[in-house]
Amino acid sequence: MIDNISWLAIYPEVVLLVMACVIALVDLAVNSPRRTATYLLTMLTLAVVAVLQGVYASSGNTFYGFGNMIVSDAMGNWLKCFAAVALMVTLVYGRPYAGDRDMLRGGELFTLSMFSLLGMFIMIGGNNFLVIYLGLELLTLSSYALVALRRDDPVATEAAMKYFVLGAMASGFLLYGLSMLYGATGSLDIGEVFKAVNAGQIRHQVLVFGLVFIVAGLAFKMGAVPFHMWVPDVYEGAPTVITLLIAGAPKLAAFAIVMRLLVDGLLPLAIDWQQMLAVLAIGSILVGNLAAIAQTNLKRMLAYSTISQMGFVLLGLMSGVVNGNVDAATVQAAYSASMFYVVTYVLTTLATFGVIMLLARSGFESDKITDMAGLNQRSPLFAGILAVCLFSMAGVPPLVGFYAKLSVLQALVASGETPYIVLAVFAVMMSLIGAFYYLRVVKVMYFDAPVQTAPIQAPLDVRVVLTLNGALLFVLGLLPGGLMALCSGAILRSLAS
Amino acid sequence: MGVLSLAIWTPIAFGALLLMFSGDKYAGLSRWLALVGSLAGLVATFPLMAGFVPGTADMQFVEKVSWIDTFHIFYHVGVDGISFWFVPLTAFITVIVVIASWQSITSRVNQYMSAFLILSGIMIGVFCALDGMLFYVFFEGTLIPMYLIIGVWGGPRKIYAAFKFFLYTLLGSLLMLIAMLYLYNEAGGSFDIAAWHAVPLSAHAQTMLFFAFVAAFSVKIPMWPVHTWLPDVHVEAPTGGSAVLAAIMLKLGAYGFLRFSLPIAPDASREWAWLMITLSLIAVIYVGLVAMVQKDMKKLVAYSSVAHMGFVTLGFFIFNDLGVSGGIAQMIAHGFVSAAMFLSIGVLYDRLHTRDIADYGGVVNTMPNFAAFALLFFMANCGLPGTAGFVGEWMVILAAVKSNFWIGMAAATALIWGAAYSLWMFKRVYLGAPGNANVRAMLDIGRREFLVLALLAVAILAMGLYPKPVTDVTDASVAQLLKHVAMSKLN
Repeated sequence: MIDNISWLAIYPEVVLLVMACVIALVDLAVNSPRRTATYLLTMLTLAVVAVLQGVYASSGNTFYGFGNMIVSDAMGNWLKCFAAVALMVTLVYGRPYAGDRDMLRGGELFTLSMFSLLGMFIMIGGNNFLVIYLGLELLTLSSYALVALRRDDPVATEAAMKYFVLGAMASGFLLYGLSMLYGATGSLDIGEVFKAVNAGQIRHQVLVFGLVFIVAGLAFKMGAVPFHMWVPDVYEGAPTVITLLIAGAPKLAAFAIVMRLLVDGLLPLAIDWQQMLAVLAIGSILVGNLAAIAQTNLKRMLAYSTISQMGFVLLGLMSGVVNGNVDAATVQAAYSASMFYVVTYVLTTLATFGVIMLLARSGFESDKITDMAGLNQRSPLFAGILAVCLFSMAGVPPLVGFYAKLSVLQALVASGETPYIVLAVFAVMMSLIGAFYYLRVVKVMYFDAPVQTAPIQAPLDVRVVLTLNGALLFVLGLLPGGLMALCSGAILRSLAS
Repeated sequence: MGVLSLAIWTPIAFGALLLMFSGDKYAGLSRWLALVGSLAGLVATFPLMAGFVPGTADMQFVEKVSWIDTFHIFYHVGVDGISFWFVPLTAFITVIVVIASWQSITSRVNQYMSAFLILSGIMIGVFCALDGMLFYVFFEGTLIPMYLIIGVWGGPRKIYAAFKFFLYTLLGSLLMLIAMLYLYNEAGGSFDIAAWHAVPLSAHAQTMLFFAFVAAFSVKIPMWPVHTWLPDVHVEAPTGGSAVLAAIMLKLGAYGFLRFSLPIAPDASREWAWLMITLSLIAVIYVGLVAMVQKDMKKLVAYSSVAHMGFVTLGFFIFNDLGVSGGIAQMIAHGFVSAAMFLSIGVLYDRLHTRDIADYGGVVNTMPNFAAFALLFFMANCGLPGTAGFVGEWMVILAAVKSNFWIGMAAATALIWGAAYSLWMFKRVYLGAPGNANVRAMLDIGRREFLVLALLAVAILAMGLYPKPVTDVTDASVAQLLKHVAMSKLN
């Protein structure tokens, strides 16, 4: 007997699933090359889902459904809400781009991206190892197909193959780790696992053995060094709209599963996984920033930049527990710093790729750094938006990326432990190197003369949303307090339950 | 909205407005709008000048509004005697720069003017911020507009200069960020600068903090040996950029010493004063000598700026009120004089498009009015009594002699070097027979240039002849600061 509260917990998911199927059917009747009807229906669905999640999130209640398999809490619901909005924005930016490249035919772009969103929702809302795994697989399988959407493009196909093979291996890692934990604790339920581990009756080696595989799997999904190899290839090879589908919303889900598995489930093992996260974070920040310098392809540079940004998210995640002492305030500060980081990262990424797609035309990808030359002369507005994104990613105040870095660094310094402070110094020194390659793109945009002189053609909706996106980044830079408080409150409520 | 907020945000608002007018057809409109904006920014500082009460060390015109709750960061601004004069100074220099760039900038005028107006508001914000994080945001916020000013409107090696400027200064500030976070936690979760002044710190912590702040501020000032970015940047920056950089931006670092290093880490400041004094003396003497051998006019003035800022830091680390007040007076004077020097070079550059001293000679023959102004500025640059340049240098030398005769002696030689490189350059550029045909064809300054130079000349003479308003304002705050620095904060 399934109770009402269980249904309540998954209403948005149900809406999304039903509508994804309906839209797949409706699209059969749509013939226009731009797929306007499908597009509008998709946007409507996503808007409804985002609003629903927003309503759930702002109520702040935590409740469990389906025998504790699903959890609906403030953190998860906000992340789902943001993911739905991010997908909407992605589709707005991506539709003209995809239309030019004949990727809208068949409507798979819309259906698959909705299924990937459903996967994210299940990952974020899962309170059970298997549910989380199912969500993850739904997301990644949709993503593999999306990357390969341009069947006739050898680069995209190669990227899809790489993504699939490495992704399948990572899923295998994760599943293996989860099964080890299941064997050790006798439960797949995250709450039960937590209790069993916390009781301290289980042999530590077994748990850590499983943990290593879980962390490796998660690191792959987040794209942390040394599991980052797929990121540059897929970012570069996939059509830009798909790159954004992978680079945007799924990062929110990746953050959520790290929280669910490592914090909700395995917090008693924090000392062990902190060390692993520290290594991953250092590696990511180091490799990401250094390798980005050498790139000439903007998408590939952004891939390495993502790797380093994920390093920062990991730094926040590892600083919640100091010397094994779980202090509520520290935990909340550290994890909300990571959440704020990931949310602002997604917002910035959306606008960045939005501009890249705006400049692309049929037969011209606009993904080289030099393609941005003289953008300021062609369009001061869009150059300004991209500059805001780049300065934000570099962490220059008064832009939102600065406050994200600030929160993570504060989480590190607040520990008062010398190794953490050294890590913070390391992180800021590397972000200095990061500033160089972001500045280089700004240089190309502002200081160089334009090479492309074709007028920028973009539909009104893209222009409006992109402008709003840029404005939001700017406003968040001046007034970041609201979003910070939101993240902090969400983490507080979710951890309290 | 308070008086200070108005002074900060008026130019920024006009700067944002200017961004709407892209394209060559709006160039004229942009210029006038920028002039209106900069004048409005200057007018916005009048209530401050009218309402400021000297003789107290308290913060005045204080505004405090919660900004980022999660980290207890406040939009907290106010001025005291130390910071007060920099607010109108910044607004004044911005007006000057807008007028001076009237004709020399022809491409993307609105963006150029907008960058200067926004920069002006941000720099006023730095001087007014009483919250550590607000200070940091304003301090770093100056980088983006300046980077663009240098990179877009600069000289042949502008890219190199823009990157060097950005990365060099960012490096210093990032260490300061960590120091600020450390202080935030030590002060029990507060970014309030006054709370940081009061928090007791161990000797080790003070030393670390002291050097983190030195990293940020010494690069900005810049002190020897991290001054190497300044000549490169000055040479490549457009005239207005050089003027703002020398007149205001260098002061941000010196101001930081007074607001952060000295009061937050007083014990470390006293312990390491010898180092700072040594570096300052090297800047004053060695960099003064380096200035003498420069072939490029802008480079010469850039090195002379480093030498002059050496006086400022020297005055601060002598720890007596004459020294600190002298340092502040020197900062304000250098604001006027360096702006005047760079704008004079701009006048020449606009005509012959070269900055090499060798390309000029005998300018006085063709540009007598201009040469008269230039002579005044050069005299002010070498600290002639009666000009602004004299006040601060004399106070600092006096203070140095009081504390240690040999330091004073060494500092006083700088007056000789200053006179040497200033007058020698004046002789080579202005005096004698016209050096070549180009010089012979030069036209004297027009009304617009006359206005700019006259305004600066009046300011330089006024401050030189009657410096009392400056010292009156600073006295109480400086005394309070030194009292604070004299007490140990060790726990």
